[in-house]
Order: sequence, then structure tokens, then C-alpha cells
Amino acid sequence: MRLPWTVEARAQRSPFAPLVAPLAAVTATILAGLLLFTLLGVPVTTAFYQLLVAPVSTTFNIGEVLLKATPLLLIAQGLAIGFRAKIWNIGAEGQLILGAIGGSLLPIWFNDSQNPMMLVGMALAGSCFGMGWAAIAAWLRSRFNANEILVTLMLNSIALQLLYYLVAGPLRDPFGFNFPQSALFPDVAMLPTLFGGARVNAGLFVALAATVAAWFFVERSMTGYRLQVGGVAPEAARYAGFSEKRAIWLSLLIGGAAAGLAGVFEVAGPLGQLQRVVSPGYGFAAIIVAFLGGLNPIGILFAALFMAVIYVGGDIAQASAGVPYAVIGILQGVLLVTYIAARLFVDYRVRWRRSAARVAAH
Amino acid sequence: MITREAATATTGAQVPLLELAGVTKSFGPTVANEDVALSIMPGEIHAILGENGAGKSTLMKMIYGVMAPDAGRIRWHGEDVTISDPAHARRLGIGMVFQHFSLFETLTVAENISLSTDQSAARLSPRIAEIGDRFGLPLDPAALVHSLSVGQRQRAEIIRCLLQEPRLIIMDEPTSVLPPSGIEPLFETIRRLAAGGCSVLFISHKLEEIRSLCHRATIMRAGKVVGSVDPAAETKDSLARLMIGRSIPQPTRTPARPGKDAALELRGLDHVPDDPFGTHLQGMDLSVRPGEILGIAGVSGNGQRELAALLSGETALPRGDRDRIRLDGSGCGDADPGQRRRMGMAFVPEERNGRGAVPEMSLTLNALLTAHGRGMVRRGMVAHQSARDFAESCIAEMGVRCAGPQSEARSLSGGNLQKFIMGREIRLAPKVLIASQPTWGVDVGAAAAIRQQLIALRDTGVAILIISDELEELFELADRLQVLFRGRLSPSLDRAEADTALIGDYMTGGFLTEPAVATPPAAAA
Amino acid sequence: MDSLTFLLSGTILAATPLLIAALGELIVEKSGVLNLSVEGMMALAAATGFIVVSATGSHWLALFAGGIAAMLLSAVFAVVVLFALGNQVASGIAVGILGLGLAGLIGTPYEGMTVAPMARAPVPLLSDIPVLGPGLFNHPLIVYLVPLVAVLLWWMFRTAKLGLVIRAVGESPESAHAVGYNVLAVRFAAVLVGGFMAGVGGAFISVVSSTLWSDGMIAGRGWIVIALVVFAMWRVERVVLGAYLFGMFAIAELLVQSMGISAPSQLLTSVPYIATIVAIALLSRDGRRIRLNAPVSLGRVYAGTH
Repeated sequence: MRLPWTVEARAQRSPFAPLVAPLAAVTATILAGLLLFTLLGVPVTTAFYQLLVAPVSTTFNIGEVLLKATPLLLIAQGLAIGFRAKIWNIGAEGQLILGAIGGSLLPIWFNDSQNPMMLVGMALAGSCFGMGWAAIAAWLRSRFNANEILVTLMLNSIALQLLYYLVAGPLRDPFGFNFPQSALFPDVAMLPTLFGGARVNAGLFVALAATVAAWFFVERSMTGYRLQVGGVAPEAARYAGFSEKRAIWLSLLIGGAAAGLAGVFEVAGPLGQLQRVVSPGYGFAAIIVAFLGGLNPIGILFAALFMAVIYVGGDIAQASAGVPYAVIGILQGVLLVTYIAARLFVDYRVRWRRSAARVAAH
Repeated sequence: MITREAATATTGAQVPLLELAGVTKSFGPTVANEDVALSIMPGEIHAILGENGAGKSTLMKMIYGVMAPDAGRIRWHGEDVTISDPAHARRLGIGMVFQHFSLFETLTVAENISLSTDQSAARLSPRIAEIGDRFGLPLDPAALVHSLSVGQRQRAEIIRCLLQEPRLIIMDEPTSVLPPSGIEPLFETIRRLAAGGCSVLFISHKLEEIRSLCHRATIMRAGKVVGSVDPAAETKDSLARLMIGRSIPQPTRTPARPGKDAALELRGLDHVPDDPFGTHLQGMDLSVRPGEILGIAGVSGNGQRELAALLSGETALPRGDRDRIRLDGSGCGDADPGQRRRMGMAFVPEERNGRGAVPEMSLTLNALLTAHGRGMVRRGMVAHQSARDFAESCIAEMGVRCAGPQSEARSLSGGNLQKFIMGREIRLAPKVLIASQPTWGVDVGAAAAIRQQLIALRDTGVAILIISDELEELFELADRLQVLFRGRLSPSLDRAEADTALIGDYMTGGFLTEPAVATPPAAAA
Repeated sequence: MDSLTFLLSGTILAATPLLIAALGELIVEKSGVLNLSVEGMMALAAATGFIVVSATGSHWLALFAGGIAAMLLSAVFAVVVLFALGNQVASGIAVGILGLGLAGLIGTPYEGMTVAPMARAPVPLLSDIPVLGPGLFNHPLIVYLVPLVAVLLWWMFRTAKLGLVIRAVGESPESAHAVGYNVLAVRFAAVLVGGFMAGVGGAFISVVSSTLWSDGMIAGRGWIVIALVVFAMWRVERVVLGAYLFGMFAIAELLVQSMGISAPSQLLTSVPYIATIVAIALLSRDGRRIRLNAPVSLGRVYAGTH
């Protein structure tokens, strides 16, 4: 078995190259989605409408798209910084859960508070909790060289159990008929929504601000440069004297803080309380968003919007046509798989072997 | 020595064993081989001569089936063949001894060899010993490859080749991994092989070796064959002219006028590397004064890599050992590379792409790699203009051929990238410059320019340490020499007292038995 | 049943799927490929196996079908990393997500359903030993076969040529190519075999040990499998040890209850995850040992030659 093509690393890239892979992946995912819906008995036109048109057809639905894009954007910006340094934080889901827990403490403990600084306190607490959870992985990696992929993944599972424990016990609403959820948050603990009827909230602006900050960090700052050198050429980073430990800590803390903040925005936004389910897998979807955006802050903005459309489209299809929710997971998988496969043509010059003739010659 | 006529006569064959015509191979825009023709008779020792980048390795890989030519034909025993992969090449009777060995470090010699035959490691062991005996290649079949010296690994490669009873053996720069004393035994092995009717393709850029060993030499320049000669009938200079189009340039130099106090010192340095396959360094002493060049000679794999990383700070010592390495009199053994750079040390590593430079980044961003401390960062943000200016100066001063500071490092040839890195480190105005294999894989012209720059830098009062496994290079550059053998350093030898015989003896550990081992290099100098 | 018997039997049942999947991942990693999609492969296989056993009643067919389903998924992974030269970490995560999604989709109609347990095959004589016998030797046949696979692999990596070739490809694909091995073919085969074994493990969970299907039932076991291979320093005998050890952690809940200690169930559920983190940290501390044992080219893209 040989590669049916030969490849060479490209010395110079065309300015449009970064668009090729995401567009190919998006196209493939849309086609896969239509195929899947058809197999599930939904007519193609209905499928197309539900998956792509309906999510942007009403003010409410657009609001839903932006609502779901907010955590995806925020988390993906944080993760991308680490991924550029090849620090694989796969634990955003757990960090998000910890952020939701941290952000819920103030409104649960001071449930009748009128303090206008409540949200600020929640945001701080939540991002610190997210950072703290990520710091476990950073410490284990820098101190014991423990693989951060496995550690952050295990921490996801532990975070979920911790959340189950808290909402079933210490943080449960004492007047909530034993339902595993906290008391509803006071008004000062809720993010203001942006436009009539839609649920999208002020968290969107924070995510957009994070995008701008990420752009400056990645494209202009010396620290961003150090991290990137560590990612593409670790030997060169060592030679230059850029500390690997610092890169590990920085990557994981930034990712953890962003995911933690996203967790706060969930409980202080659409949920309004702490409950057993605080995220429909945003932490994992954000990994895909980060890659689909080419680890580039601007690209991630568009990728987050597309991913949010898939989420909303999946929701609509589930509600109106009974399409299982698992379809979203499949489409996410297809999106990332095709994106990675399509990168071949961006990173390498690919030429087909003229092997058939040669093999025949002997 | 067997002459070509004699070799042909013994086998009685008039048909060339291997014949190439019009062979062409390109990688993207670069043409590595163009219209190459070559003909080898049975029992012939045939040299392929050319400098780095002339296309020798590409040609050999095509003959061995590692790569396929874009055009042209290959004839074996007079018949057209398409060599689809190395296994096919071996079935035809072609064996290859690689320059960078294709052995597996975690397996034993016998296991390695069994991978290219049908037999089990246990069965092969006696045969390995037998072949070793017959061709003068002693080797323990049960030894793990990572415990072998480079020379022993080469023997393993050669034995692996011979077990398949090849008609043609390709040897890629086989002497580059041997101490001077190891070269003649290798030649003896090659001659025995040829006497038995096996042809040898001997790839080298070392003119004397080719003159003493080979029946015929095909000379390549810039991917093309520029001549085919009887090397014994040529002079060293005429071969050089064929190879590079002119005589090999020699740097001009004046005697060194070193300062008094050492700029860089190692005192009793011991180090066990993290890498389980690395070399344990023991009791290393050296000192370099401003205005002199100290060369560290030795066969590669004797601790060069570990020593270079300790000097640069890529491997840091524990705090208690900080005074084992001194820069300008102050201990720096525990400092990271950035701190050492600020103390006045600059370092040119042996790997250019991926260590000395980031291949995917522009030269501007690569300037930032070590020169960021020189006004290129303001309030945490990169000042692109000053990084660009810096890169432009490096390009201009060193005559780096590239499209400008925006070119990606990987788009430069090895020689040009090395010139850029050298220029960048020189512009840091260091007190001490350490260069590891400064001209490895660099074409003759660029190598000469780099060597001349190093001498010029020495004359401005910089202390320079060069680690190289090319003796010729060290003889050209160094004012003093020390030899590295199994993680130990020999006493220092002055340029005048160092000759190939003595250095060669040191390269195989001769200094370890002398009583003078304990003499510190400063006293010896 | 005696409580010790109960715990032994529970440990064996929990360890068997981890063992077969980890042995599969070991083969893959020995060839130099890091396949992180184990969780997704196991989930897809668990769903597939459950559907097959519901339809046919054959547990053997279910285990086989689970293996095939996971193998097909691993083929997607293999194509992406071997042919499209995708980053192995990202590709593994991607294919894992795909597998979880597919499992959720095909499993939706079966959510919460149960099937009949697999027939037991008590080992003659041995199963009559008091306490130990019923705990260790009164299981479905597949439970005893898996350790035999371990013995086979141990022998293969120690002496057989095939094991040598896989190790060689995993150490240096360039050299393996140069001495004439087809690196892509070896790796492709390794990924498929590893996928099949992960699938058998996944199907075991739904059709043998728990006999029910619910979305998310693999619950991180796929990642524990990957951790096990690191924990085992890429050695077959240590994979076996690690799998049974983790099997014990997995039934920590039962263990603690049997000792009459009360602790939050969520804490007990977390024990295997915490144990994994601790094991990884302890084992990774010695970088020299990892470098000595880990396949050298693990996770690196091999672009082949021209």
C-alpha cells in the first residue's frame, strides 16, 4: 500500500488557502446532514429548511443562534490559544461546569441580594473556578509530565459528578421539592437580554470582546509569538529559551478562564439556576469550532456561528420532525473529520501518482 | 587494488551491471536530478562525487527504489527495470548502506537484520558472526543498537546488506561516521567485496578517499553529470574543479591573539542525559579565551549533542552545579538559553529547520526568535518594523539569497538559512559564540563564506567554540583542538601540534591512557 | 452469593472490556499511531451489538458485529491520519465525536431496553472451588478468551516477526520503509485490528456486562483504555495488570458498600477517573522510562516518500 498521491509541504500558501478546508468541510457537513435527514424520513427540502433556513428565519431563532454561538466563541478562542501551542486542553466541558458552579455560589448564597455588582462577582468566581480546574491539568503536566489530554478528559467526568453531587445536596433549592437543581437566581444575577423576546444576552458582547483580545494576543503580542513557536517548532522554542512550563500554564489557564466564564453565562443566561445539565456539549463542540476556524480568531468567529446554526437546526428538527438529537453529534464529527482531511490540500501540494503505467511495465 | 579492467575480466561480463539514462527527478520547482546517465560494471568500485546539494542522495534513493524518477530509464543486467520499492531493489540484488542509518534503536542487531530477511534473529546470529569474520566486521548480534557506536552501527548496516548477497552495494558517505583509523579497514572490506564480483557505488565528497579507492568516478554538479573519470589519473585539484567548477576556496587567517581571561569555561562537568540513548558526559574541562577559536573534534555520537545543549542552556544543570559552566567568570550552568543570551552567549545549533529557525515562519519572525531582546518588543507587543529591519540587515550582511525578510525559513536552501542564522547570532554582538556543525550539508561556497565570517568574528575579540565532526573544517578554523570521545574531552592541542594521526588517535580514545589526562586545558594551551 | 465472590466476579466483568480494548490500542500505538477515538468506537460498538443481540438473540454475533462497526469507524480514522496526513490528536477526537453521535442515533429506539444475559460457561472443576470458583470461573466464554488474546500478543511482540515489524514501524517509519516494509499497510492493519478489539470491548459492555443500552453508557471507559496503555508503558503484561486493577476501581461503589462505609455515590463513581489521573501522573514522572518504552514515532505524521 502506498499513498495514491505524493505530497510536498507547501513553501508558500495562497491567501485563499485557509478558506478551502473550512468551506469544503461545511459543504460536506451540509450534504451529510441532508442525507441523514432523508434517511430518517424527512424530505430533502424540509431537511434543508430545518437545518439551514429556519435557524436564521425568525428573530427568536436568530437570537437562539447568537445565544449558542456565545459560549462556543468564548471557549473556542481560549482553546485555540492552547492548541496553537499544541497544548491539548480537551477539558473545556469540565471547566465550563466548574465555571457554572463557581458562578452560582453568589446568587445561591445571597439569593435575595440586590447588589448590582453581583454579575461581576459571578463572572470572576466562575472564571477562577474554570482556571482552577484547568490548573490541575497544568500542574500535573508541568510537574509530572502527565498527558493533559487524558487528565483534562478525566476531569470532565469528575466535574460532572461534582455537579450532580452539588445540585443533589449542598446547593439544592431547599424549597424545590427535592428536584436536583438550585434556587432560581435573583434578577441582579441574570444577564440582560438584547432584543425583544429572544434569549441572546449581553454575554455575546463579552465573547466578541474576547475575540478582539484574542486577535491582538495571537497576531501581535510577544507572548502569543512564544506560544506559537512552542507549537510549531518545540525545539526552536527550547533553543530560544521560551519556557515550556509557562506555555502549559498560560494555555490551560486561558482556556479554563474562558470556559469558566462561558459556564457563568449559561447559568446567568438561559438557565437562571444551577442544574444537572448546564451544557449540551459546548466544551467539545468548541474544540471543533477552534479547528474549523483554523485556530484563527476571525475564522473562529464564523465557525462558531456555523456550529450554532447546526445546534439550532438540530433543535428545530427534533421538535418539528422528531429527528434524534444525536444527529448534531454526527454532524459535528463529520465537520471536523472532513475539515482535517481537507487540510491535506492546504498544507501540502498533492499530486496523483502515475503509478498504474509504471506498475504495468514490469 | 584491482583495476577496472581486471574486475571486468574476472567476471567476464561486458554488459554493465547497472545503467542509467536520462534519469530526472524534481521536487516542486527544484530539479534534483536532470538527465543523469551512469554505467557500472560488475566488480567495479564506482564513486559518485559531488558537493552537498549536487543530487547524489536523490540519485541513490531512486536506484534503491525509495523514490521513483519522473523520467528516464534504469537498466539492470541490460534489461529495463522499474524499481518500485526497496524490497524490490533487494530482490534484484541491490543493497544500500545509508548515511543516516535505517536501524531500529530498540531492537538488537540480529533482530534488525532479521527484519530484512526471512530468517529469525536466533538463526541469523551465527551467520552474522561468520560474515563479520570474512569481511573484517566484528559485531555482537545480541547487542541493542542504541548501545552501539556509530562505527558499529555502520558494520551492522553493511552486514545486513551482505547477508542478502547483493550484486551492487550503495554506500552513502560511509566514511563520514568513522575516525581516521576506521577508514582503511572499511576500504579493505570494500575491496574484498569488489574482488568477489560485487559492485560498489561509493558516494562521497572527499577527494582523497575517492582517488585511493575507486576505479571510476562520476561527478555531479547541480543535479547533472559533469564528467566521468578515472580518479587515480586525476589530481585533487582537478577533481575539485570538476565538482564545484573551481578550486576549493581556503579561508585566509592570521595567527590568533587571544585575551588573557577565559570567556567560556567548563570545569569538571558531569552530566547524565535525560535521553536514555544519550551519552553520559564526564569530567569535562575546557576554556575559550576572547579572540580564539576552540574546535571540538570527534566522531558524531560521542556526546556532541549533549555538550552543545548544555552549553546553550537547552539542557540546564541543577543550581548546585551552576559554576561548572562559566561565562565571563560567572556561573551560568542553571541559566536558560534566554538568560545566557543576555549574558553575551550566542549559539548556532546543528539543526537549522526546526531548531535554529522555525520553518513555517518568515525570516522577520525568525529574527525575533533570539533577537527579540533588542528593541523588538514594546509593551508586550511585537514591533514588526524593527524585527524586519534586523532581518534585512542579516540578509544583506551575509549575502543570504532569498526573496526578502518575508520569505519563510523553509523556502531557503540549507546554506542560505545557515548564513541567515549565523548572521542573526553575530548581530547579537556576543562575547562567546558556540557553533555546532556550522557547515553541515552546506554547499562549498556558502561553507567558505561562513568559515571566513567565523575567523573575522574571532579577530574582533569574540571567543568561539566550534563542534564539528569534519576534521578538515576544524583544521581550517581552529586555533586549538580538543577531541570528544565517549563523553570525555581530550587535553587541548595547539593548531601546530595537532595532526591527523594524533587527532585520529584521540578520536578512538588514545588520550584516555595518557598520564596527561588530568592536565587542565588552560595549562596545556 | 458471597460478597467476595460478588466482587471478584464484578471486577472480572468490568476489567474484560477494558482489557480487550486496551490490547487493541496497544497494537495501534506500537505501530506509531495514536488513536484517541476509542470512546466513540466503543460506544458505536455497544449500540450495534445491542441492536444485533435484540434482533438475533446471539451474543456472539453481537460481539462480532460490534467489532465490525468499530472497525469501520477506525477505517475512517485510518484514512484521515494515514492518507490525508491529519493530526492524530485532532482526528481521534473528531472520529470519536462521530462515533458517539452515530451510537446515539442508532441506539435511540433502544434507549433503556434490556436483553437476556449471555450464557455462562463455568470452567469444569475450577468453578467448584469455594468463593474463588464462582467469582473467577463462572463467566461467559468470552471472558476467558480475552486473557488468551493477551498471551498471544505477549508472545507476538516478544518473538514473532510480525511483532518485530510492528515495533519497527512504530519506532521509525522512515527506516522501516527503507528496509522494505509497507508502513501504511502495517499501520492501516494495526488501526483496523485495534478498532475491532475496541469494538468487542464496547459490545461486551452493552450485551454481556450490563445487558442494557443507554446513551453515554461507555462513560469515559474509552479514555481510561488509552490511559491504561500509558500506564502499562506499552507492555502487554502490564496492560493485563492495569485492566484488572481498573476493573476493581470501577466497582468501587460495590466494594465500599460491601464494607458498610457510606460515601456520596458521585464520589464513588469518580474513583476510576481519579485513579486514572493519579496513575498517569505517577507513571509519567520518569521521562526517561516513557522515552525508553513509548513507540518513538507515536503520534507523528508520516508523509511517506516520493
